[in-house]
Amino acid sequence: MKLTNLKTLGKIAITGLIASVLPMSVNAKDTVKVGVVSFLTGPAAGPFGTPAKQGAEIVIDAINSGTMPAPYNTKGFAGATMNPIFSDESGGGTKQVGLFRDFVQKQNVDAMIGYISSGNCMAIGPVADEVKMLTIFSTCGTERLYEEKLRSHVFRTQGNAVGDSLAAAKYIADEYFKGKVSTSDKMYTGINQNYAWGQDSYKFFKLGMAQYVPSAVGSSKPQFPKLFSGQYGSEISALSLDKAKIVHTSFWNGDFEAFMLQALVRGFFQKKILVSSVGGSGVDSLGKKFPDGVIMGTRGNVGLVVRNNTTPLNKWFIDSYKKKYGAYPLGPSYQYARAVMLYKVGMDKAAKAAGKFPTQDQVIAAMKGVTFESFADTIEMKRGDGHQAVHSIAYGVTKYNKAKGEPGIEKIITYPASCIYPPAGAISQKWVESGMPGRKCN
Amino acid sequence: MQFLITVLLDGLIYASYLFIVSLGLTITFGVMKILNVAHGGFFAWGAYLASISIIYLGDNEYNSFLYYFAIFLSAIIVGLFFGYIIERFILRKMYNEDIHLIVLATFGLFWILEDLILHVFGVDPLMPYYPAMELGGIEVGGIFQGVYSLTLAGLAIIVAFICWYFLKKTKYGKVLQSVIFDREVSVSMGINVTKVYLITFIIGGMLGALGGAYIAPTISVSPGFAIDVVVMSFAVVVIGGMGSVPGALIGSLIVGLVRAFAVHQAPILELFIIYAIMAIVLIIKPEGLFAPPKPRKI
Repeated sequence: MKLTNLKTLGKIAITGLIASVLPMSVNAKDTVKVGVVSFLTGPAAGPFGTPAKQGAEIVIDAINSGTMPAPYNTKGFAGATMNPIFSDESGGGTKQVGLFRDFVQKQNVDAMIGYISSGNCMAIGPVADEVKMLTIFSTCGTERLYEEKLRSHVFRTQGNAVGDSLAAAKYIADEYFKGKVSTSDKMYTGINQNYAWGQDSYKFFKLGMAQYVPSAVGSSKPQFPKLFSGQYGSEISALSLDKAKIVHTSFWNGDFEAFMLQALVRGFFQKKILVSSVGGSGVDSLGKKFPDGVIMGTRGNVGLVVRNNTTPLNKWFIDSYKKKYGAYPLGPSYQYARAVMLYKVGMDKAAKAAGKFPTQDQVIAAMKGVTFESFADTIEMKRGDGHQAVHSIAYGVTKYNKAKGEPGIEKIITYPASCIYPPAGAISQKWVESGMPGRKCN
Repeated sequence: MQFLITVLLDGLIYASYLFIVSLGLTITFGVMKILNVAHGGFFAWGAYLASISIIYLGDNEYNSFLYYFAIFLSAIIVGLFFGYIIERFILRKMYNEDIHLIVLATFGLFWILEDLILHVFGVDPLMPYYPAMELGGIEVGGIFQGVYSLTLAGLAIIVAFICWYFLKKTKYGKVLQSVIFDREVSVSMGINVTKVYLITFIIGGMLGALGGAYIAPTISVSPGFAIDVVVMSFAVVVIGGMGSVPGALIGSLIVGLVRAFAVHQAPILELFIIYAIMAIVLIIKPEGLFAPPKPRKI
């Protein structure tokens, strides 16, 4: 082959390469491809994964079309339309790491959003840093995610489980122990799933009780049934025979509904006070059968506890969700929506600072330490070196709303982040054990 | 005393539930020598079909008696439909294959049945609580027990009696025992083993589906909930002896009572203790406590 021919071929190849790359870079400014991962199969799909996906869809569609209320009323993510690719979170950490790498290396996504399971977050976190992929965890709760190691490319818009458990203990101290309570009524126990989430939740509830109600005594036989075991007859009997009046649970998904159902027919709630940190979905599943008097949290100012909150953003979200899906948005719907909102905040802020479509590093810098408006409060990315959110957490007592014919909640108390989360840099367990120095609850 | 009564009742209720589910598994193994992992699929389909029926009946305020009719009808439909299709068109073509391949096939069938549930019923959990709510609770030994859960023990006794009567007192039961003892000899005696296999597989499927259908009113029926049940049933069958009906009964009682005791006294050991018993039985008597005798072949 002659040299001139080789040069011609070279020119054609380079021209072809440029031609193929240019439209991609232009497209990258028009659309951002984002993987959105939640449980779409398995026992967690119905009460968690599906509402989560639906919450993300509502907000993504609204931002893409520029119809979301202020301050999210500008069109797109730094002007780009988000193209979400929804994926199933089932199958465990190993499978999810494989899928994550596939998203990054084969599908060339611009960011990843989601993840409900703490196990999956712990597995994905290091990989996200390794492959340098901006990842926003929406729901998982383990405090170890940032307390064991700071993350460069990973953000979490959900406060960790420490706040949920401490807020539960504080609510009991403020509301239940307000007035006269006998010594026997100050005993507590728990039923939590036997894995990191359940064990950690009860551990911090116990630590919180020791601080807020030093005279309260924990049972020697708290229950830790297997995740998704579904049958709690023996556990309910054991809890019934236990002298403890207060029963803490961080049950979620079908386990919570099954426990409630089995406990309900056995008159459990006439003798015990259940404190649930994340059982909001069960309230709707059981409807008017759900017992009054359960102390209920939703892991923030989301779901059941903000149904009557009338901020424009919250009202819009509830109305849009009900219109599209015929039901109230649940906690996970809000959590996924918030993760999408942080991405918009980061993209818009970075684009404004750069004066052009931002790079991933610019987006990460913009998101770090930012405070953004949520549906009923503000989210501060002030822990984990600016990557971990803290926010207020509300608890209330379930009370069926006969007038509206739907589940309701009353006696709501909202605890600010400064009351229930350790300060930046502190290790949660040590902070609680040392008396929670510096906490501000009012 | 209160403690003992409670542990006994809790253990019996859980054992009843395990017995109904593991009975189908052990009968299928006894006759066909197939470890049917797809049994969990029958359990799940039974639960789903019963759930939608009960929710429909409950929402429209039909007679409560119809709930129980729906439960049994669901079990029969699921056992007949999937049992026939799976045995006739899949397993029958594999009887001469390696036993491990058949187990893998039933494993695949389990996931197919699970996936079909997602397509047919969706991912939203179903809560057919009407029968359990209507029967309410009753005080036994100082604490309330769910009446519906107590009826599970009654159902288990009836199922065990029918099973005993069928195997010992009927002609078909004797045929079944002959096939359990030795397939080749049964064929030489003119028994239509192919037909026996089909009927056995359908009955096994019905029992699995009955377990799911009957338990549905006390749980949140959601995709994937059957997996743990299958694993626990395997533990029961291994302890009692693969293929042994009395073994399934004794295995269920052991697991149920020991688990109940652990939950009350040492909750953290709840799972460990069940599998520890299984391991001990496997070490001391690998074929299980009540494994049927094997024919001596020359």
